[in-house]
Amino acid sequence: MSIDMQQFHGVFFDESQEHLDNMEHELMELDLANPDAEQLNSIFRAAHSIKGGSGIFGFDALTGLTHIMENLLDKARQGTTTLNEDMVNILLQTVDLLKNTLDSYRNGQEVDQSQIDKGIAVLESVISNDQRRVAEPVIEEDAGFGFFDGPTAVSDDIEGFGFFTDAPLKEDQSNKAYGLYEKRADKSAHVSQVSVEINPTNQGGERPKTTQESGSIRVDTGKIDSLVNLVGELVITQSMLAMIGSKVTGTIEDKLQTALAELQRNTREIQESVMSMRMLPMSVTFNRFPRLVRDLSTKLDKKVDLKIEGGNTEIDKGMIEKLVDPLTHLVRNSIDHGIETAQERLAQGKPEMGTVILRAEQRGGSIEISITDDGAGLNRHRILAKATENGLSVDPNIPDGKVWELIFEAGFSTAAAVTDVSGRGVGMDVVRRNLEAIGGRIEIESSAGKGSAFHIHLPLTLAIVDGMCVSVGDQIFVVPLVNIVESIQPSVDQIKSISNDVLLWIRDQYWPLVRLHKDMQIDNAITEPNKGIVVLIESSKKRFALLVDSLMGQQQVVIKSLEKHYKRVLGVAGATIMGDGGVAMILDVESLAGQVKIASTESEKT
Amino acid sequence: MSNIEKGHEHQMHSDADSREFLSFVLGDEHYALDIMSVKEIRGYEKVTKIANAPAFIKGVINLRGDIVPIVDLRLKFNVGEATYNEFTIVIMLNVAQRIVGIVVDAVSDVIRLADDEIRPPPEFGVAFDSRYLLGLVAIEDHMVILVNIERLISSDELGLIEQQTETVQD
Repeated sequence: MSIDMQQFHGVFFDESQEHLDNMEHELMELDLANPDAEQLNSIFRAAHSIKGGSGIFGFDALTGLTHIMENLLDKARQGTTTLNEDMVNILLQTVDLLKNTLDSYRNGQEVDQSQIDKGIAVLESVISNDQRRVAEPVIEEDAGFGFFDGPTAVSDDIEGFGFFTDAPLKEDQSNKAYGLYEKRADKSAHVSQVSVEINPTNQGGERPKTTQESGSIRVDTGKIDSLVNLVGELVITQSMLAMIGSKVTGTIEDKLQTALAELQRNTREIQESVMSMRMLPMSVTFNRFPRLVRDLSTKLDKKVDLKIEGGNTEIDKGMIEKLVDPLTHLVRNSIDHGIETAQERLAQGKPEMGTVILRAEQRGGSIEISITDDGAGLNRHRILAKATENGLSVDPNIPDGKVWELIFEAGFSTAAAVTDVSGRGVGMDVVRRNLEAIGGRIEIESSAGKGSAFHIHLPLTLAIVDGMCVSVGDQIFVVPLVNIVESIQPSVDQIKSISNDVLLWIRDQYWPLVRLHKDMQIDNAITEPNKGIVVLIESSKKRFALLVDSLMGQQQVVIKSLEKHYKRVLGVAGATIMGDGGVAMILDVESLAGQVKIASTESEKT
Repeated sequence: MSNIEKGHEHQMHSDADSREFLSFVLGDEHYALDIMSVKEIRGYEKVTKIANAPAFIKGVINLRGDIVPIVDLRLKFNVGEATYNEFTIVIMLNVAQRIVGIVVDAVSDVIRLADDEIRPPPEFGVAFDSRYLLGLVAIEDHMVILVNIERLISSDELGLIEQQTETVQD
């Protein structure tokens, strides 16, 4: 029996997590002066669903806490209670507690019952404060359900907790009455000054109330992944057929060509719709930031306005999860290091409230996410000083762009004070590495006193890459199109050499030459740069020229893992299957760039 | 082939403690591996070379959508002649949740062996290190060496699987 129940636990955890995220989101959005009834309903429903589910599975701590939460929300939705800022704070804290508790259940850890009891007590005191004159609260009903491990403690009246003395009687002392949250409740004075605003472009006019429940089903991502793989196979089979079909002559030629064209169109449509199943709006990630910014700005005593734009830009699910950490880091950095305190800002003639803009937009085959702040900007002198301190040899006259790149070095933090928010020096290098792992790159723009912007460029999906097929010897390689600047056949006078390294002088820049046939150990390839083709490549670290025999054409290829049956190969990101059924390697531009020995600074001198 | 008759004879007294092996030829020696690890047998086809791999790893092929490495055991163990034509045989193995193809000189037979027929492996005298051997068995006038194919494929010696320390740094 218990095994049968186990299989539903996962669903319950996933659903509850979603409900909690929604609840948090709605609570943040709630307009206290003029609360939207539908929003209150939706918050109530979320609490109710968790209560119902946890009751069935016997997760008593969740049931107890959501029950009392639901009581408060029910009053709010019926209009007998008006939610105020403090109540929302407490509800948000309860959501946090629920999340922790949910995680404990999910990971099979011990639930901290004392925390639950405290949470229940706080909520009860809120309700009884508000309802003292109306009627006895629902406590009696509670005990009857037997949800609580210690029903006596719960049904005991508030005084029993000893957190409060006479406070519950007086409304105006409500801050004190919350006891354990006293410190934070005090801070809520600052909170009220922090406006966290979701830009209308993100949410549009449509409230999530109708879209949320309409006709969607929960599907295991594994199933979608295998469907994506199968469609990949179908694309390959289709291009094989097209190749064979082109050789057919005679009476059936026309019919075959028509059918093949039909097949090609259908295959492409299937591919597109399957890929879209993996896509999620960026708002899934972005929606966690209003809360983060609110908490952080309160903690740091700064005034920050977060604007979110383009939350409906869709991106591959696999990437969404991997974006959370880097984005969190960048937003924290912007608030901690970028935005100045209110006094500093006023002294510089800037508006008191700092602005952080989180924006996502699709640009052709890639997604650009940017984090822009109007803070102090990066400090060139401090970065250079820190670089010298870390033993990096840097030319003090290098351009700004090169200076900003230094912060991606490991162990680099220029924060004047190490706080518990950021400044520990593990960060930007990890951010860059995480982004590179999902095929992205990051650029920095910054100007002193005006602010800084971090631009992240990402491919649309991890399953398919737009590539240029190039041939070297008798093999074909795929170069991701996003990295290609241009392809040319260099003339002899463009080829320069420094000791043993060859450089190409193209468009007023020196490009170090990487010979693909050498890296990939291929015989009978073209070795003279002026006889083959060089593909000019831009990676996040360096620019270089890649020598190949010839270009074969541009193509979308399905990325296959080499590691599944073999292991990682240096310089190769994966493999793909070509129209003839053969295997081609997809180049990993970043790791090829790692082999370029000539410092890239030289290549930018003009 | 007298082996085949012998094979049938072995099948006669099939019982619970007997297993089936696929025997193959490498140079002058006869080997056999557990048939349960064999996915299929196919002809050698053009491979795509992998950079920085030892010579015995010929490259990868597309096996119905999976990118599968091909290992030439003849090169690895310096036996036989590494020629590639339409008669070259690749045994596709399914071991350790991976698919790996091995190139051998010839595939000869399926033999059923009872556990008590298997004698301990010799310490020397065969191309394989004794770590990778299960035992020896005499069939007709020659010896067949039973290979522990899973151990061989996942060994450091073949280097087909990334070692733990390397995967961690990612």
